[in-house]
Parts: sequence; C-alpha cells; structure tokens
Amino acid sequence: MKNRFNFGYFISEGFRSIFSHGLMSFAAVCMIVACLLIMGSFSLVAINADKMLSQAEDENEFLAFIDETYTDAQIQQLQNQVLELDNVDSVTFVTKEEAKDTYLEGHEDDGLYANIPDDVFRDRFSIHVVDLELFEQTVDQVRALPGIANIRAAGELAEGFVTVRNVATVIAVVLVLILAAVSLFIISNTIRLATFARREEIAIMKMCGATNSFVRWPFVFEGLMLGIAGALISFFAQWGIYTAIYRAVVANGAIGMFPLITFTDIWAQVLGIFMLAGALIGACGSGFAIRKFLQV
Amino acid sequence: MIRLIDVCKEYDNGTKALRGINMRIDDGEFVFLVGPSGSGKSTIVKLLTAEVTATEGRVMVNGYNLNNIRQWQIPYMRRTIGVIFQDFRLIEKKTVRSNLEFVMRIIGATPREMRRRIPYVLDLVGLGEKADVYPNEMSGGEQQRVAIARALINNPQMIIADEPTGNLDPQRSLEIMTLLERINSMGTTMLVVTHEKELVNRFSKRVVAIRNGELISDAQGGYYKYEKSV
Repeated sequence: MKNRFNFGYFISEGFRSIFSHGLMSFAAVCMIVACLLIMGSFSLVAINADKMLSQAEDENEFLAFIDETYTDAQIQQLQNQVLELDNVDSVTFVTKEEAKDTYLEGHEDDGLYANIPDDVFRDRFSIHVVDLELFEQTVDQVRALPGIANIRAAGELAEGFVTVRNVATVIAVVLVLILAAVSLFIISNTIRLATFARREEIAIMKMCGATNSFVRWPFVFEGLMLGIAGALISFFAQWGIYTAIYRAVVANGAIGMFPLITFTDIWAQVLGIFMLAGALIGACGSGFAIRKFLQV
Repeated sequence: MIRLIDVCKEYDNGTKALRGINMRIDDGEFVFLVGPSGSGKSTIVKLLTAEVTATEGRVMVNGYNLNNIRQWQIPYMRRTIGVIFQDFRLIEKKTVRSNLEFVMRIIGATPREMRRRIPYVLDLVGLGEKADVYPNEMSGGEQQRVAIARALINNPQMIIADEPTGNLDPQRSLEIMTLLERINSMGTTMLVVTHEKELVNRFSKRVVAIRNGELISDAQGGYYKYEKSV
C-alpha cells in the first residue's frame, strides 16, 4: 500500500482536536485577532499617511523669487541651474504679470485688489520636487543659488505626513514582531497541549510505522485552522473599526483636503495579508510544538 | 528475519543492558525470549523496533540494517513488524474498528481495503462481533486480542509480543498464546518476550534465555530446562 496524502483525515483530526481543548484554542484565536488587528490598524494609518503624502507630493511646489536686477538671459541660466538639482522635478518661470493674474483669479470678488500694479509682484520660479522627504534640503539648495531673492515654501505639512507615515510604520513593525512572537508562543502551547493529550496515540502511530509527516499534518492543519479563523475574525473586526473611524473623520471634516482610503478599496489586500499572516503563525506555531513528540 | 551479531548496549547512565548478544531468528519461527526482570529483554525489543541503537555489534531486521538505517526508513522498517504490549495500548476513545482503521490509515490503506481486512482479522482473533465496542467495555483478554488484531492488521512479516500475557489470568494467557501460535502457523514470525515459565513450558518452542545482558541458553524446549542447566 502506498502512502496517500489523506487530506480529509488530516482536516477532520485537526478540527476534532480544536474542540477537544476549546479554551486554549479560543485563547490562541484571540491572540491572533489581537495581533492582526493591531498590525492592520497601524498599517492602515501608514497607508493613509502614505496616500496623503503622495497627494501632497503631486501638488507640492514652492516658489523661488528672482532678483529683480536679473536679465532674461540670466533668468534662463538660473532656471537651468535649478533644474539641475537632484530633487527638482520641474521648474516653471512665472512673470510678475502672470503672478498678478493668478492672484487676482483668487480674489475676483474683492474690488480692493483690482487696480493693483504689476510691480508689486516679482518674477518667480514655481518649483516641483520629486521626493517630499527631501523638501527642506531642496529649498535650502535653491535658496543658496545666486539670483534667488527669496523663497516661499510650506514644508511643515509635508513633514507632518512623512512623520506620521514613518512613525506608524515603525510602530506597526515593532508591534507586529512582538505580537507575532506572542501568538506563535500561544499557538505553539495550544498545539503542545494537544500533542501532550495524544502522546500515547502518537507513540502508537510511530510504533506502527507512521511517518513524521503523517503524525505532523493533523496538528499543522489545526494550527492553520486556528490561524485562518483568527484572520477572518480580525478582517471583519478591522472592517468595522476602520469604517467607524472613517465615518467619524469624514463627518468632522478633520482631514478635508486629503480624502481617506475607503475600506472597500483595499479589502482584498487586507484579507489576503491577514489570511497569509494567520496561516503562517498557525502553521509555524504547530510545527514548533510537534517536533519533540516525533522523537519516538 | 532477525540477526543480532555481538550486540552490546550501554545506556547513557552507564547501565550495560546487553553484552555481546548473538541471535538469529529465521522467517516463520516461533521464539520465546525469556529472562528475569532487568535481564535485557526489553532492550532487545527496543533495538528491534529501532527505539534505541546498539552501542556495538550489528542488528538486522527484515532486511534492514539498523546500524546505519536512515531516519526516514525507520517507519517503513516498523511496518514489517507488529508489536504487542503487556498493557495493550489501545486508544480508549476509539472503537475496536476505529483502532484498527487508525493503524491501517498510517500505511495509506483505502476505505475499501479497510472494509475488507478488518472483519477478516477480527474473525481471526475471535472478535468478529465486537467491532463497534470500545476497549474499556471489554475484558483484558479481549483487549489483548484487539492488540493482536492491530499488530496483524497491516500484515507484518513478524510480530514482537512484549509480555503479552502479563496482565491476564492463566486461562486467558493460554488462549492468547494459542492464538499467537496459530498466527505463527500461518507464516508470521513470532518473538514472544515473557517470564512466565509454565506458559512457555506448555508450548514446545525455541526458547532463548538471557540474564544480565548475556545470552545463556538458546534451545528447543521449555523454560525449566534452561533453569536446570544454569
């Protein structure tokens, strides 16, 4: 008789084992849920911050005012110098007349500015950067160029997004590592309890010629099922929590100019990552637990 | 077939369990392995089932050289042996049928093969009507018959019975030994480890006696004969 991979048997044995020590199984699922929820929450904060950052990057520019004594040829040369800087994406020359027109477009209803003279404004470069994290550095580089009279830049917002994204990512990674270790420990203990309760059975199996993989598979499936159950519960909990927070933020108009990502946009990725993480934690935890009992 | 050549076994704690054992058991033989407690009988069983390895000498079982057997080969070697224990070692929460299915599943038997083989083996051990009974609802003798059925179910070349009658009264012990003799007559090699003199003497079989880890007698005949010669 050949060895067959008896999938149905392994699943049914794993399932039976889950309920034979229900409390530990429940604890294991709770730990996985906690781990994935915390990981998911921080990851979603990081994803939103990243999206906001990208959006800010898309719109991001700063203005560099040109020395009024500069001729057209000198301005052209200066524009080329700015364009050569590493983090500069594009440089647009804006004359003082164009600057005035743009300004007035924003104050059409205000008669006070109607007769404002052109020379109140200055010729300028509108400069777009590539990486918002290097924003301040780029501003300083432009400021240092001869011919640049002044700079107008609002880097604080960009810096804020970068900080939020980086902090959320670091917290998510650290917490995930800690909670993954705790989850592995709990799953491992759950499976160890199961193997201990069945140590006689395992010894008989080994004595009758069971291979290590035959003994191991039901426990691996048990861990997998616990992991997947935890992942599914976390997914729906995450959905509920995120949607509630989303509604609260939208209702308050807290981050009005930067719309948040809706959960329906990313549910598939979240589900996939949760399932993968849950299954990995479950399978690895049971793999660690069973090793000792195979030495018969 | 079993071959032990100059086998010594010393455990990690310094106990010398076996000292230069030489023994050969051919296919189809019925052999009693006798000796007092601590003589090394159980160590021989453990060597034959690859639970421990010999410190010196060579151990061959059913074509496998256990001195250099690879870890992955051990399960396949064990499938050539059926083991019966003194304390039966049945799974209490499974019925007799489930206990046997459990062992057949290990070797990848199909449900059809199980349906065909299990009634045959249960009839052989006289438990044809007890397939759906739980072990704790049976007598000691019946439980040992289930253990024998389990040892037989995968049709091994050899059965090693480690004190199979140790927990049974004389009448049940006789029945079990008669059953083992019958199974042997059908071609299965039988190695029975025991220290029950009267039982051994009722069967005219080969008796290998060991004491203090040394083989002191190997002959056809009863236990008493060995005792007189010491």
